[in-house]
Amino acid sequence: MSLRLLLRWSLVCLVAWLGSGAAHALTAEQARALVAGEAETRIAALNAVLPNADEKTVALIQAIADDAVKYTDDAVYVMKDGKGYDPVTGVQAKVPANAEDVVNNNLLRSELDTALAAIKLFSSDDKVRADAVKTLQGSDADEAKLPLIEQAYAAEKVSHIKDALSAVRSALLLASTDKAKRLEAAKALGASGSPAVKTLLIERAKVETEPDVRKQIELALQSIEGRLAWGERLGVVFTGISLGSILLLVALGLAIIYGLMGVINMAHGELMMIGAYATYLVQNIFRAHFPGAFDWYMLAAVPAAFAVAALVGAVLERSVIRWLYGRPLETLLATWGISLMLMQLVRSIFGAQNVQVENPSWMSGGVDVMSNLTLPFNRIAIIAFAALVLAGVALLIARTRLGLFVRGVTQNRRMAACVGVNTSRVDMYAFALGAGTAGLAGCALSQVGNVGPDLGQSYIVDSFLVVVLGGVGQLAGTVVAALGLGVLNKLLEGWAGAVLAKIMVLLFIVVFIQKRPQGLFAMKGRSAEA
Amino acid sequence: MKGPVTLISGIVPTPALGVPAERRGLLLGVKGWAGVMSAFITIAVLVPILNLAVPPDSAFHLGDYYVALGGKIMCYAICALAMDLIWGYTGILSLGHGLFFALGGYAMGMYLMRQIGRDGNYQSDLPDFMVFLDWKALPWHWTFSDSFVIQMLFVVLVPGLLAFVFGFFAFRSRIKGVYFSIITQAMTFAAMLLFFRNETGFGGNNGFTDFKRILGIPIAQPSTRMVLFVVTGLTLIGFFLLARAIVNSKYGRVLQAIRDAESRVMFSGYDPLAYKLSIWTLSAVMCGVAGALYVPQVGIINPGEMSPAAGIEIAIWAAVGGRATLIGPIVGAFFVNGAKSWFTVAFPEFWLYFLGALFIAVTLFLPHGIVGLFRKKTEERA
Repeated sequence: MSLRLLLRWSLVCLVAWLGSGAAHALTAEQARALVAGEAETRIAALNAVLPNADEKTVALIQAIADDAVKYTDDAVYVMKDGKGYDPVTGVQAKVPANAEDVVNNNLLRSELDTALAAIKLFSSDDKVRADAVKTLQGSDADEAKLPLIEQAYAAEKVSHIKDALSAVRSALLLASTDKAKRLEAAKALGASGSPAVKTLLIERAKVETEPDVRKQIELALQSIEGRLAWGERLGVVFTGISLGSILLLVALGLAIIYGLMGVINMAHGELMMIGAYATYLVQNIFRAHFPGAFDWYMLAAVPAAFAVAALVGAVLERSVIRWLYGRPLETLLATWGISLMLMQLVRSIFGAQNVQVENPSWMSGGVDVMSNLTLPFNRIAIIAFAALVLAGVALLIARTRLGLFVRGVTQNRRMAACVGVNTSRVDMYAFALGAGTAGLAGCALSQVGNVGPDLGQSYIVDSFLVVVLGGVGQLAGTVVAALGLGVLNKLLEGWAGAVLAKIMVLLFIVVFIQKRPQGLFAMKGRSAEA
Repeated sequence: MKGPVTLISGIVPTPALGVPAERRGLLLGVKGWAGVMSAFITIAVLVPILNLAVPPDSAFHLGDYYVALGGKIMCYAICALAMDLIWGYTGILSLGHGLFFALGGYAMGMYLMRQIGRDGNYQSDLPDFMVFLDWKALPWHWTFSDSFVIQMLFVVLVPGLLAFVFGFFAFRSRIKGVYFSIITQAMTFAAMLLFFRNETGFGGNNGFTDFKRILGIPIAQPSTRMVLFVVTGLTLIGFFLLARAIVNSKYGRVLQAIRDAESRVMFSGYDPLAYKLSIWTLSAVMCGVAGALYVPQVGIINPGEMSPAAGIEIAIWAAVGGRATLIGPIVGAFFVNGAKSWFTVAFPEFWLYFLGALFIAVTLFLPHGIVGLFRKKTEERA
């Protein structure tokens, strides 16, 4: 508390002299009027001193807001560390025993906060000013603050603060008693795009009596709604792409494994879960041993998640899956069994509860693109990460020797074996690669969702659908299918709700497969079984 | 689309080549019929006597717990049998059979909910969960829920129709193998999400429970439970014989040919669509019936029965017992679920390890299941 107080005091000291020296010195009468009497008269006094408040006035208002003022019938004391000071002279004074605390009701409190915010508009610190504007936007300031805001508006140089200030100014003007001012304000507010302004206009439209102003308000509302709708649409597309990039991360590994071996790996979700738990462990190690570098633990977590999941994948391939080649349905069941065991194993080790994975600080927060559209950093990071992983896998498949072998075996296993490719080793590497990308997906998911033993189950059905829709053998199919399904899902979700959206997507896929049984990007071939 | 009837009577290779003569007319061998008869006697005579007539303190008394468990597992066995027809004999692995089972169960559950009448917590004509949701009237899909006959028709029709439509589109576009498995899993997953919603009108995640009566008779009383047990057992035997008749018929032999080499079947002039679709629909209906028998015995139905995990477990029952044998799935259902009820009491932590290991071990080491193990032994002796 004391720290906060100190901060507030230093803020007040930062406040520059208002206007150009036009401030009047605080008088004892004003000080008294501010602390004693009915709430209404005190508010009136506050509004009276505000337009040309000096440093001492500001200090007194702050002190009142902090409940650090006492008064008697003829004197006011600002309390600090148990001692009383005269607000006008600043001289320490003895506080008589009968001095009463100044009590503020809620109305007064919000008036005081607004007043302080209005004063902070003159701070030399951009951030303080921006915060002050925000406070004013949230409060229900009245016309009395207008001169102060006009002054600040005229003096403001930073464009985004100026814009915000003008919105506040228009909001105040909208409630003005002068019709011309209201008309002008409605016009100005039409240029804004924030939901708060929209509610403000709607509220005003209810009580507005002048038809001209009414009409202007309606026009303004229309243009705001148009802009808000764009924000919403872009927001849906963004969350769709974000979901799509997660699906892409999950489905990439599945598609590689399925394309190569015809195996649907039901344990893929659990490999993701392993990646997420690896991230959790790395995070714990960083917290315990390198707290200074905590923000950068992801740099270690990403390779760790890949390595652990790839290792588990390689072990699975060598021990179970390799014996089941040519029997895809059995592999499906065996990998399901593996997934059950892995889930139970994690439950035994880490408990059935979700574990806490903390975002590095640079991942929290977001970019405000529009007033109703904020893009969170962690989502942006995942989209970028998915793009990187995709690029890495694409390079690996297209440019390396292993990639060449993987493509060869995918196209024709027997022929590849005939020309000397060690297909069983390629299988192992490819399975490990697929498992590793699952680990990466888990690492990414740990940043946006819960990490628990069931983590893999929630995305796995969707990612199977991505593989089915995208077809196998080409990464492009997976990419288009993942992003397409992600965006489609979110679009339908906004329209019909999450569950119906899922069902519609499923129906869409079943219908789609009628037309293209091999998915979006089928490999060309002449096999009768294909 | 050509009707299945014309197809069955189409050109079929000489029937029953290589099948022992005794099987041709009689459906089962002497041993087989003896087995069916003894199962019949056990279910319809022995169990009722041991449970109801023998006093509880006698060593021969069969506890209610075992009757309930047996009844439940027999429902599962019907599912496993249905799975065997579609997977073991036709080569189509469905991961969506849990949905058909649950749909049958829900159709029965709706009737049972209406049978509660005004004995629920809210003394309303509506089921409790609807009162809780502040609904004033039954939703449209509950229109016939107070009629036993119509709901029993739904037990057959709803899973059957869903399977028919879904199967028609899936098989027509020749979705097969793992693709089909994945699509069926997605189907049951989507249905589970749908049934979890309160708005769907099936009690949300609590489903239906707290049943009081069936056909006006109190459901918890021992004789009712015994009747349900016997009906389940007889249904199982009936389905077993039906399945036997199917797999031994020309139709069944085409199914097996589809499993082994679908393209060759097509090249020989058959249209696999009708075969696959009919056996798929029949299999779904069997699961629906099993679900309807399951709900009054277990006393609860909720969307958990549609979870992908439940669907895939049915497949493992069939695999453990032995696919492409008819007795195998029944053995498998008893073995796995018996183990489950033992493990979840004795070592709850280890049940999933055991189940997972079973999935792996059966696929790796026992492609013919438990039954295959015994067959091998007898062949070695011979």
